[in-house]
Amino acid sequence: MEQTESRGWSPYLAGALTGIVIIASAWIAGNYFGASTCFVRVSGFIQQLFSPEKVASMDYFRWFGPKVDWQVMMVLGIVIGAFISSKTDGSFSIKTVPDMWASRFGPSPVKRGVFAFIGGIILMFGARLAGGCPSGYGLGAMVQLAVSGLIVVVCFFAGGIIFARIIYRGGASR
Amino acid sequence: MSTLINGLITGILFGFLLQKGRVVRYDKQMGALRLMDMTIVKFFFSAILTGMVGVAVLHNLGIAKPLILPTNIGANIIGGLMFGLGWSIVGYCPGTSVGALGEGRTDAFWGILGMLVGAALFAEIFPIMSRTVLMWGREGSITLPQILGLNNWIVIVLFVTMGLGLFVFLEKKGL
Repeated sequence: MEQTESRGWSPYLAGALTGIVIIASAWIAGNYFGASTCFVRVSGFIQQLFSPEKVASMDYFRWFGPKVDWQVMMVLGIVIGAFISSKTDGSFSIKTVPDMWASRFGPSPVKRGVFAFIGGIILMFGARLAGGCPSGYGLGAMVQLAVSGLIVVVCFFAGGIIFARIIYRGGASR
Repeated sequence: MSTLINGLITGILFGFLLQKGRVVRYDKQMGALRLMDMTIVKFFFSAILTGMVGVAVLHNLGIAKPLILPTNIGANIIGGLMFGLGWSIVGYCPGTSVGALGEGRTDAFWGILGMLVGAALFAEIFPIMSRTVLMWGREGSITLPQILGLNNWIVIVLFVTMGLGLFVFLEKKGL
């Protein structure tokens, strides 16, 4: 009996509960949310396998060196948490191409993979230049009323909305 | 060690809630950027507004120390817009990309690989950036209450009011 996929929880509820997790992690561990620094650490770790001297000599890796810290474990936890949630409510499904992408750019997994890869490069370069991603600037900095958080979150959405409009121009509206 | 376990548990809860809110998917992320489905905006700002109130209490009571990311206006704006460009192509942000992988979206894997390459490229070019873009408009670790000269609770009330107004607007529009 295949049912249409369950709709999950209200985003307001799931979001507010996430807010409580943010408060708890500030209280218990003194840590604020973030995700993109962990990509720097993992990237440094991979490069270290090939040229440890080079990684040791780079300023950026001296600050965000290859090590497993609170945030790396948090990002690992996100994979596990999303897996548990989707497996237990039946929303887990192996998909190589998202529906909306397929409706505009076709069903090719290779094409989707190539663009996801390129988009990922640009996104992370921007995140590190800005100093963080939506987790760090939204859920970490805006929560603490940082000026940086407000500027960056506005730019994330402004950039995303403008470029999404350009990319999807001429496509089906839904 | 306990810090690492705390991080893992925090991540599991965060990933669980991201997935329950259905915000880790490409269709939801792009739905927001295309102004068609504001699920992620509702989730994101519900989390921020709730966190804002609780964290302010912790700061006021001295239970948790603030950790304010510095404002570097040039890098914040250029990096933020560049992130927006990449985001509109990959359709996942760093936190949701790993969540999408957890619910079986394998295209997120290529996005994550790209993000690792992007991090490596930035590390390479960082010496140049630190002499140029990162020097433009360095304001340090400033907060909105500081620059506005207002009590932090007034700023929080303003944010919560605007946030609730946004939610009402989105529901009225059926987004």
